[in-house]
Formats: sequence, C-alpha cells, structure tokens
Amino acid sequence: MPQFANIAVSILFDGLAYAMFLFIVSVGLSVTMGLMGFVNLAHGAFAMAGGYVVVSLTRNLGLGLIPSLIISAIVVGAVSVFFERGLYRRLYKATDLEQVMMTIGLAFMAIATATYFYGPIPKSVPLPQWLQGDVNLGFRTFPSYRAFLIAVGAVLIAVLWYGFERTNIGAKIRAAVDNRRMAESVGINVDLLFTLTFAVGSGLAALGGGLAIQLLGLSPSFAVIYLVLFLIVVAVGGLGSLKGTLLAALVLGIFDTAGKYLFADAGGFFIYAVTVAVLLVKPAGFYGREQ
Amino acid sequence: MAANSDAIGPHRAAARERAAQYLLRRHRFTWAEALPWVIALACFFLFPGRMVFGNQLLIWLMFAVSLDLILGYAGIVTLGHAAFFGIGAYAVGLGAAKLGWTEPISGLFAAALLAALVGFISGWFLLRYRGLTLLMLTLATAIMLQEALNLRSDFSGGYDGLPGLTFKPLLGLFDYDLYGHVNYIYVLIVLAIVFNLVRRIVYSPFGQALTGIRENVRRMHAIGSPVHRRLVTVYTIAAGIAGVAGALFTQTNAYVTLSVFDFDNSAKVMIMLILGGTGRLYGAFIGTVVYMVLEDYFSKLSPTFWQFGIGLLLVVAVLFAPRGVLGLIEDAGRFLSRRKP
Amino acid sequence: MKLLRWLGLAALAAAVGTAAQAQTVKIGVVLPFSGANADLGHQIDKAFDLYVKLHEKDIAPYKVDLIKRDEGPPTGAVAKTVTTELITNDKVSLVTGFVFSPSAIALAPVVTQAKTPMIIANAGTAWITNLSPYIVRLSFSMWHPAYPMGAYAHDKIGCKTVAMAYTDFPPGKDSTEAFKTGFEKAGGKIVDSIPMGSPVQVPDFTPFFQKIKDEHPDCMYVFIPSGAHAVGVMKAYGELGMRKAGIKLIGPMDLVPDNKLQDMGDAAIGTIVMGHYARDLDNPQNKAFVAEWHKAYGADSYPDFMSAAGWDTMHAIFDTIKKLKGNLSDGMKVVDAMKGWSTNGPRGHVMIDPATRDIVEDEHAMEIYREKNGKLGEKVLGTTKAVKDECKVLKLGRCGT
Repeated sequence: MPQFANIAVSILFDGLAYAMFLFIVSVGLSVTMGLMGFVNLAHGAFAMAGGYVVVSLTRNLGLGLIPSLIISAIVVGAVSVFFERGLYRRLYKATDLEQVMMTIGLAFMAIATATYFYGPIPKSVPLPQWLQGDVNLGFRTFPSYRAFLIAVGAVLIAVLWYGFERTNIGAKIRAAVDNRRMAESVGINVDLLFTLTFAVGSGLAALGGGLAIQLLGLSPSFAVIYLVLFLIVVAVGGLGSLKGTLLAALVLGIFDTAGKYLFADAGGFFIYAVTVAVLLVKPAGFYGREQ
Repeated sequence: MAANSDAIGPHRAAARERAAQYLLRRHRFTWAEALPWVIALACFFLFPGRMVFGNQLLIWLMFAVSLDLILGYAGIVTLGHAAFFGIGAYAVGLGAAKLGWTEPISGLFAAALLAALVGFISGWFLLRYRGLTLLMLTLATAIMLQEALNLRSDFSGGYDGLPGLTFKPLLGLFDYDLYGHVNYIYVLIVLAIVFNLVRRIVYSPFGQALTGIRENVRRMHAIGSPVHRRLVTVYTIAAGIAGVAGALFTQTNAYVTLSVFDFDNSAKVMIMLILGGTGRLYGAFIGTVVYMVLEDYFSKLSPTFWQFGIGLLLVVAVLFAPRGVLGLIEDAGRFLSRRKP
Repeated sequence: MKLLRWLGLAALAAAVGTAAQAQTVKIGVVLPFSGANADLGHQIDKAFDLYVKLHEKDIAPYKVDLIKRDEGPPTGAVAKTVTTELITNDKVSLVTGFVFSPSAIALAPVVTQAKTPMIIANAGTAWITNLSPYIVRLSFSMWHPAYPMGAYAHDKIGCKTVAMAYTDFPPGKDSTEAFKTGFEKAGGKIVDSIPMGSPVQVPDFTPFFQKIKDEHPDCMYVFIPSGAHAVGVMKAYGELGMRKAGIKLIGPMDLVPDNKLQDMGDAAIGTIVMGHYARDLDNPQNKAFVAEWHKAYGADSYPDFMSAAGWDTMHAIFDTIKKLKGNLSDGMKVVDAMKGWSTNGPRGHVMIDPATRDIVEDEHAMEIYREKNGKLGEKVLGTTKAVKDECKVLKLGRCGT
C-alpha cells in the first residue's frame, strides 16, 4: 500500500476503535442527560465498576472475557437501578450544581471502594487467544482486539438504533426527550422510562469500561480521569441523541488519533480544539436541542 | 392621565426610598461579620505550627470567594476557573524567573491585571453560552492553556515547574520564615482587602442586577438590563481575584508547576464553595475551612481513604443540606426565631 | 532523707526518660499514600518498614520513629506543607521518601533554611541534588539508566537508528535527552522523538507506535512512568506486531516494572532494558531481600527498583545513626556522614558520590525472557559499573548550576 494511504488507513482504523469505546460509554450519559436533564458525573464510576467486575470474573472465577463482559454489564445495570431509585430520584428537581455535587461524591466513594478492594495498582485482563495478535484482512493486518472493539461497537449501534427508531419504547424515549411534559400528558410513564434508560446506560458504561481495560488499563481513578472525555462527547454530540453521540465519538476519536499521529507535540490539544470549535458554532452540539 | 401619574408618583418615590434604605442597610457591617477575621487571627496565635497549612487555606478561600462571585451571584457555572488561578500563578512565577520581577506586591497587581484581561477576552466570547455548553467550553479552554504552556516547557518548566523562586521581603522589611508566619499575615491582609471589594460589589446595585440575572435572565433581558455586559464585568473581576490567589500561591510556595491549571482544582474549589453555600459571601469561608480541615484530618488518620469520607460528606450534604452549611445555619436560625413565643 | 531519695529517683527517671527520648530518631516519611500513584508510595513504604523491622536491633540502643505523611499529588504544594510541618511541628531529624520530583524541588529551599537533610528515595530529575546542600539521593537520576543505554544500544544491540517515544513531562524529556546524548556519541542516529501525552492518563499508544512502525527504525526507545503506562506500551507494541516488523523495544527499567511484568505476556519477550535493579538480579543481598519480601508481604507481592532504593535509603540512614551515635541534630553532619557511604545492596554495589551527593550505581542491561517455569524473567546481558549521573558530569543545562 502506498505510504500515505497506509497512514490514513491506520489513523482511521485506530480512531474508529477509540471512537467505539467513547461511544459505548457515552451514549448512556447522553440519553439520561437528555431525557431527565440530570448531570450524572458518576457515570465514569459505573464504567470503572464494570471494568473491575470483569477483572474479578476473569481472574478470580476464571470466566472468559466475553461472558464476563456481558455479565458485568447486566450486573452493573441492575445495581444502578438501586442507585436511581434510592438516590438519584430525589434530585431530579434539584439544581445542576446539586446533581454535580452528589454524583461527584458518589464517584469519590466508588474510587475509594475500588482502591480498598482492588488496590491502586492498575489491572489488566487475560485475553483469549483469538483476541491477541493481529487479524489479516487481506490488504493489511490489524490488531485483533481493536477489530473486535469496532465489531462490538457496530453491533451495539445497530441494536441501539433499532431499539430507538423501531420499537415502541424507543419512540417513547424520543418523545420524552423532545418534550417531557407532553409525553407525560399523553400517558407515557416517564419515571419508568428513565429507570430503564438509566439501567441500560449504566450497563453500557460498564461494558465500555470492561472493553477499555485492554486499551487503557484500569485503576480506580479511571472513574474521573476519563469523565472529561465522556462529557465532551456528550456535549459535542448533543444531549439525548444517539446519532449525535455517535458522530461526536467518531469525530473526536479520529481527530484525536490523527492529531497524536501527525502532530504528537500538540498532545491532546486537538480534542479540545475540536470541542471548542464545534460548540462555538453549534452550542447544543451536533444534534442537540437549543434550550 | 395626569391625575394617574400624580397618584403613582408618591408610591414610586416611597418604593425608591425603601430600596435605597435596603441597599444601605446591607452595606453596614454587622458584628457577626468580624467573626471570621477574629478567628483567623486567633488561629495565628493558637496554632503557630500550622501556619503553612493556614496559608494554603487562605489562598483557597480567596479562590473560592472569586468563584462565588460568578457561580453564586451571577449563576455562571464554569469548570475552568483554575485557568485564572494558573495565569496569576505563572505571571508571578515567570516574572520572577525570567524578568527578575521579585517585588511581591506589584507582582500581585500584575497577576490580577493579566488574569482579568484573559477573563475579559474569554468571557466576552464564552458567556454567550450556558449550561453544558459553557461548562465544556470553559473546561476545554483551561486545558488548552495548560497544554500550550507544556508545549513550551523549556519556557514554563512544564510539570517540574519553576523552582527556587525568590521574592523580595514584603515592603522591604519582612522576610519569609520557615514557619510561614509572615506569609500568613500577608495573605490574610490581601484577603481582607479583596473580600471588602467583593462585598461592596455584591451589595451594590450591580450586585443586585447579578442576582437578577441568576434568578431570571429572561426577565432581566426584558427590562433592558445589559446582561452580557454585566456578566463579562463580573467574570473579569472574578478572574482578577483568582489571579491574585494564584499569585499568592506562587509567592508563598516559591514554586509553581503546570498542575495549577488542573481540572482537579476547578472541581475542588467548586465543591468547597457548594459545601459552604453559594451566593452568600461567607459560604466560601465555611466551605473552604470545612473541606481543608477535613481533608487534613482524614489524610493523616488514614492516608488512603479520606476520599471516601469526602465523597460521603458530599452526598449527605446534597441530600440534607443542599444550600450548604450556611443554609443549615440559616434554617436553624429561622427555626429558633420561630420558636420564640 | 526520704525526700532526697525521691528526688534522686526522680532525677534518675528524668535522665533515663530524656536519654530514651534522645535515643529515638524521628524520621519524616513523605510518600504518596492515596490517589493514582499510591502503589508507588506503597512499594517504597513496604521496603522502609521491612528494613526497620529486620534491622532495628542493629542500631540498639537507638530507635527510629517513622512519622508518615501523604505526599499528595505531584504538584509539590501538599508535599511542601506536610514536610514543613514535619520539620517545624514534629521536629524530625531528617525527611525521606519523595516519589515526585516537584515535591523535592519545592522543598529544596525549605530544607536549606531548616538545615534538615532530605534523603530522596525516588525523585529522579537530574539537577535536584544541586538545589540544596542538604539533599542526598539514594535512588537514581533519569540519566543513570538512559545515558549508558545509548552506547549499549548502538554497540551491543546493533541499533543504528532509533525512534524515541516518551510521556510528555520532564522525566520523559530528561530520559530521552540522556539516551540521545549517549547514543549519538556512540555514532547512532535518532530518527524521531514523539511526545505521547500527559502522565495523568494512559493514552491509547497505537497512533504513536503506528507512526514509528511506519518509519522503520532499528529500535525504539520508550520512556513512560512506571505503572499502568508500561502495560499499555507493551500491549500496543504487541498488537501492532512491531517485533515481527523488526523494531526492537528498548528503554529504562521503568518499561518493565517487576510487579507488572507477569501481565505483559509474550509481547515483552526480547525487550532489552537498562536498569539498576531487577527482581532476578543475582547477588546474595538481593536474594535475601526478595526472600524476606515474600515472607513479609506474600508470594504475589514483588519488590521493584523503588523498593530496592527504599531499602538502601533506610540502610544509609541506619548506618548514619550508628556513625553519629544517634545524634542527628546537626543536619550538615548527617549529610557529611552520608557522603561516600557505600554498600552492597539488592542493586549491587552503590555509593553516594561525595561531590554531588547523588548515587553511583551499576546499570545492568537486561533482556526479558520466558523462564522454564513459565514466568517472565530478566536475564542480565551486561553491566556498566559505577555509573554516575552523566548530566552533572557533563554539566548540561540545569545540571551545571
């Protein structure tokens, strides 16, 4: 392959894999923030929790990576319902600041708990043989794990899109994001909807966290370090929009990868420059609603 | 028509008179307001060995007060306030290291001016936005500033910073001691001056306008209040004050690194302020003291797990004391005064 | 008569009391115990505790009292506060620990003013020891492993061209500059130098490594903070098939921290690092050290180069206590007692250079290989003896002040 095309393909591929990670974790945050206007800064903690559950399942119980990921997503999603019912519910009418403060408090507690049980040393997970090494797609080879990540992302996108656009529940969610009062007045049980969305969003965050271990490593501070990234994806994509989150994840993921490859000196500059550029022009993000 | 306007006249005059009296009354110092300063001075004599810690506390307090101006009074939620702290800190640091500008008090002014300037420019552009958008824009700007300085780390010292800064003795007389005594009094005096300035702003008609903007910005627009101009003004002032706090940080530590721009600091100061109670001037005092004392205590008790304690405190505070400690005190006061027969 | 007897007894008790107090040396230990870098602090802390436990009888009748404080984040401000208070309130005779360079840098003027020795167990920026005559370093500077690696890579490994990649903060810049100086002196050519993001979060290394892969150097020199980054590097290196593409991976020992090595898998095999310590280092002191470590902390816990430095640090302090007969009140005497101190420790032979107060130690080139029992280990390929901090020798930049 000619050198220039080779570089472009590398950047696109790596960027795509990174974007999938960003999307999987951020989509839950975007929908819950769009649906209930709730600023959940503990979202990163759910991702971290998912990662640690996968670590325990694979290392202590010897389960395979794939089943561990699925179990982790379900477990964390289920547990998040307790948080939603018990804690979050009380703050739906509260100010942004109060929501920020409580969820940061939860995140701190989660980090401390993870440090207590798992220690501060970063963890990794054993990969099954078929995910190690490369996969040959004919014109060149690609790292298997990243190809896997892209595949998982693609499947999830398809499933989520179907759920959003083609099912009743999806329609109800979209209606509630558009205009909550109207949705309530036509008899949609928005409370139940939110619990469901929250659970799915947190489960997805857990899945993303588990997938990220191989990519970025897992330590207790995962919960806050990457939170900024997720918030950026949500802000740039637009609250409550699946399309928006995907587009933002793609743009940011690819720009970040390209920036690192081509202009490593500038560091993480690109992701923030793109964020500022987009938000100045479209303050509500790509597909957000002007409030 | 004429008869009607005559009828309104005396009412309007009376209303204006009441408003003026209200503003005047608020200006007056109550005895309770002397309390924080008395306590601060008392600490100087009671805990002479903790003055280095006390120093850091006062600096964070000033930083929190500057945030209260924009968060508590104007209702601007920003995640990039550490940028102004950092600008002040580096103005003094680079001034001392590269330009030989070691006179401390003029350094403070320079830092304040520079931070205010950046605040003015960024505020003019960014304060047209609100909510999550503003949050992300302010955060991104702060991070980009940090990255830009790291890019030129030969100049800025990067994360190893600018070490061994020396400053001329204060007013040519007071040199800095190991115990931080001189520094403490220095910072306390600057804090008193700055706070007085903030207090005047808050109790002025300008301050009232800010509260109006915070409570109902649409209505403020409707009555013709120059909202954007007011917001930029208060943002600029708050940036300047944060810059002074940063400058004091560098001067009293004789050292500055790029970590002054960290998002952690923006988040930390916001937490301190909210714990104490926003929009009430003294919330910053209470919140900062509570947070830093608790952090100091917990990290000595169990260096590994103070984070859990702070997290728990935050959650409990939001659930049971959403308007901060000051809110609790106000509620208690109201409760007690109601119980009087 | 009775009164006199009581007074006499009281005086005796007081004398014994103060004598007992005078026999306890207070030592301030400043290490990160919380936050993202807590495991680094714990590695050194465990070494300190282990040494004290095993050797406290050696300094009888003197005792040490370790007063521990959290170093906080690598910004220096918290470290400065807690250390200053250790000196002024707790009245420690010396302070030790210090994982982060900014902490040590921030404290240099303080320890000079207070005349309190600062015995650094980790912080690696080269010119730190120049900042105060009260600073003694037992650990290393970035130049210790990186500079000899330059010559070694060119002469012994056969790297004629090298691409460097480093985390974008001062230790990364120091290490690559040191390597470059040594490598170019030996006749090699640096084809690229790529900063890879901040030390705070582990980035996705793929874009940086992909670029290097496309440049086809003989070897790539990587510096990252020891810890999570190291695992990420090895993963990316493996996934991109860089060894197959003919690019060897070299670096300082931070690249393969002992307590993460087992997680790195096959990708690590063949990596060559230059370092002053490895768990498998074959000398009697190290064998004893590792055995005691496992006994105290379990079979799954491993010491690393920070633990080894911590061990030697406490050893130096103990020897100083013996030499000065428990009287550490004069800071300059303490520093003077440490100048020229040497021992055979887990790292081999180490000495404190009297001119710079910095460590002089052996650097070993080591290769990762799979042992017969299936675990990953390091075998020593060659040793450069008695390496000094070359930055100060060459008086480059701040090292020359």
